[in-house]
Amino acid sequence: MSRYLNRAFFSVGVLGIALGALQGCKPNTNTTAAATGDASKSFVAPGKYDEFYNVVSGGFNGQIGIYGIPSGRLFRIVPVFSQSAESGYGFSEETKPMLNTSHGFVPWDDLHHIALSQTKGEHDGRWAFANGNNTPRLARIDLNTFRTAEILEIPNSAGNHASPFITENSEYVVAATRFSVPLDDQNGDVPINTYKQNFKGSISFVAVDPGSGKMSIAFQIRTPGVNFDLSRAGKGKSNGWFFFSCYNSEQANTLLEVNASAKDKDFVLALNWKKAEEYVKAGKGKKQAVKYAHNVYSDANHSATSEMITEVLELDPADCPDMLYFIPCPKSPHGTDVDPTGEYIVASGKLAASIPVFSFDKIQKAIADKAFDGDYSGIPVIKYEAALKGEVQKPGLGPLHTEFDGKGNAYTSMFVSSEIVKWSLDNLQVLDRVPTYYSIGHLSIPGGPTAKPHGKYMIAYNKITKDRYLPTGPELTQSAQLYDISGEKMKLILDFPTTGEPHYAEAIPAALIKDKQVKIFKIEENAHPYAAKGEGQAKVERKGNEVHVWMTAIRSHLTPDNIEGVKLGDNVYFHVTNLEQDWDVPHGFAIKGANNAEILIMPGETQTLQWKADRVGIFPFYCTDFCSALHQEMQGYLRVSPTVSNTPLTFSTGTNKPAVTPTEGADKSSSK
Amino acid sequence: MTSIIALIDEDQNRALSLRIHLFQIKGIQILLFKSKLPIMRCKFTFAAMAIAGTIFVYACGGSEPKSEDKTAASTEQPAQPEAQAEVHGTEVKAGDIKLDHPLNAEWVASGKGIYDMKCMACHKLTDERLVGPGWAGVTKRRQPEWIINMITNVDMMLEKDPEAQKLLEQCLVRMPNQNISQDDARHILEYMRQNDGEK
Repeated sequence: MSRYLNRAFFSVGVLGIALGALQGCKPNTNTTAAATGDASKSFVAPGKYDEFYNVVSGGFNGQIGIYGIPSGRLFRIVPVFSQSAESGYGFSEETKPMLNTSHGFVPWDDLHHIALSQTKGEHDGRWAFANGNNTPRLARIDLNTFRTAEILEIPNSAGNHASPFITENSEYVVAATRFSVPLDDQNGDVPINTYKQNFKGSISFVAVDPGSGKMSIAFQIRTPGVNFDLSRAGKGKSNGWFFFSCYNSEQANTLLEVNASAKDKDFVLALNWKKAEEYVKAGKGKKQAVKYAHNVYSDANHSATSEMITEVLELDPADCPDMLYFIPCPKSPHGTDVDPTGEYIVASGKLAASIPVFSFDKIQKAIADKAFDGDYSGIPVIKYEAALKGEVQKPGLGPLHTEFDGKGNAYTSMFVSSEIVKWSLDNLQVLDRVPTYYSIGHLSIPGGPTAKPHGKYMIAYNKITKDRYLPTGPELTQSAQLYDISGEKMKLILDFPTTGEPHYAEAIPAALIKDKQVKIFKIEENAHPYAAKGEGQAKVERKGNEVHVWMTAIRSHLTPDNIEGVKLGDNVYFHVTNLEQDWDVPHGFAIKGANNAEILIMPGETQTLQWKADRVGIFPFYCTDFCSALHQEMQGYLRVSPTVSNTPLTFSTGTNKPAVTPTEGADKSSSK
Repeated sequence: MTSIIALIDEDQNRALSLRIHLFQIKGIQILLFKSKLPIMRCKFTFAAMAIAGTIFVYACGGSEPKSEDKTAASTEQPAQPEAQAEVHGTEVKAGDIKLDHPLNAEWVASGKGIYDMKCMACHKLTDERLVGPGWAGVTKRRQPEWIINMITNVDMMLEKDPEAQKLLEQCLVRMPNQNISQDDARHILEYMRQNDGEK
């Protein structure tokens, strides 16, 4: 959910809670079964595994959290768009290129949504995709390593919010801009109040290589200037279409809180991407000069590369009829979710008092019958009634997102009234409602956005925590709730904290992922240019004022562990290779005064920490990951001499030099 | 195997010390960690390590021996490797390993290559102990199947074999699983034999 919207709703939400407390509602809910929960259903015995992995966006921490469902246990934080001092991601020389953009090194982003790869409309457990909102980017996370494998910058975009949404065979992941802006190749030095003339929307279709998962921008579609919010691909009968929610059809450029809510209806954009593909094949695309970064990490040489790309193919709807249609939708729609059959498109007008449910069949008929209500910037607007199956009446306040259980039910999160509402896709009647604590944003059912939901659990990701946990000052952990949805009534079974600010999340059966995990990197296959594959290859070399250390780590010593001859001002690169070949035996490396972080090196891997010799003296370094009983002994020293010194460059491990007496020269180092 | 782990914060006026005592009473292994670690974080980390270690030993000790490494080497698509099973060799019994003369020169060369990459960090070719014992004389002291099992099946050895357990008491670092196949272990053995003067 957008931060602006957040703020707008925050006050409403808090007010709602305060009113609730005054009326005595909240204390009462704590005594109901729904509020007290049934924790035994979330119990996973020690040593047992969870049923599902929950891949949860981290919002403003730019990372992804991996949780177990139903236990709510946190297994891992995967750094994506933000540096991680824990692993050295974004600090190590190998991973820094991952955060390169056309704006240079951007070590933070706002990660909102997750899309897991699909085959035939079902999760296949290969990759997770995630969006970076702020400096528009798209990331691919490898679910065999739980590491970021690729980051692609999105040109002509500003606020990559309507992203990443994926087609049923992972052909494309989309990235639609939240802010319309002048296009990258236009003169952007225009008055802001010329929005209507100069600002354009852009939707990128990012192709995913079916073998390697590598991403590339296949084409972009230009649109009138609006704000794209969220999206879903069609599936089954509606495969070949995408549906995007848009707001600010008013084309306001200031005080959107009021000005973008002026009209009664905004739009859902229905986009025929198979048609777009045809237009690309027919040569309707035009090449546009742009600049964006494409960063790829390789597990072969344990390093990332960053490439700058200078061209993108654009489709102008004016040249491509029958590709785009607007469907009117009440009051600033947020989530636009497609049910498992592909027939129903549920658009949540976040300021509306009802939830419109559109029918894919009716949309097709309306297009065939040209049941249009004029056009919007040249794009046909389908008559509301002609596309509508019906509206869910009085579902609650502030509908945002909808997930499905595969049994004909839909579950919609209600931000303002702080609840989840279960309703029937068939007759659109509300069946049940449960409170959330508090002010829910997204919700997730394992497999919920796919053709095959596993309708057993549902997780609420809330925006406001308040009194749910032991307080920790002004800043609180985020709150999530787990519900059992196997019966007619939704039942709260667990509260668990999440990190960052979770937005969308997906959950996937553990069986699809857990047996494919990479445990070690084979040292024989390590293609890092500075790998020391064996202690015999450990060495130190000087190249001008750069000193390169080929270092090895194994339980429990570093080689070399005595280094002399480094001079003031030298840039020292510690290329540390972990010689271990055993699962769960990483080593860490840190040196006093490092301006970046530590690095964690997995078995068989090489990672590099750069360090500047900023003063003369002795600098200790050590292993930071408790590796064995002799971990505290896993350490060494580096000596820095003045620039003019003639201390020779030497390195050693395992020799016990006799103590140097004060009368002896200080430079009698013995080399290996 | 049953392991009992006790973590004792030894508040004594000594230099920073970390001691591990390993007892075996009626098949129950007791690892007693005594540490005087200055900060809580270390203690927590250490406790976590100790617990993880126990679970690991337990899990490996109780499971069936797994087949050889099934990982398909695919540099083309490193993003999608086959399932990567942990390598735990099947137990080699007395008589399974045949020693011939003259030494197989190819195996000696291959064994040396693996030694350089995966072994030399801890084992010298002399009788000097580094992390683990020096290799000089090892083929005289140990049966060939003992050596192979120690390389490929170290969890089983540390669970069952009194000699291996004695070594852990001396060295305090578990012999790591270095992901070495049985064939590669045989090559290492050939290299050890050469190191011990066999022709």
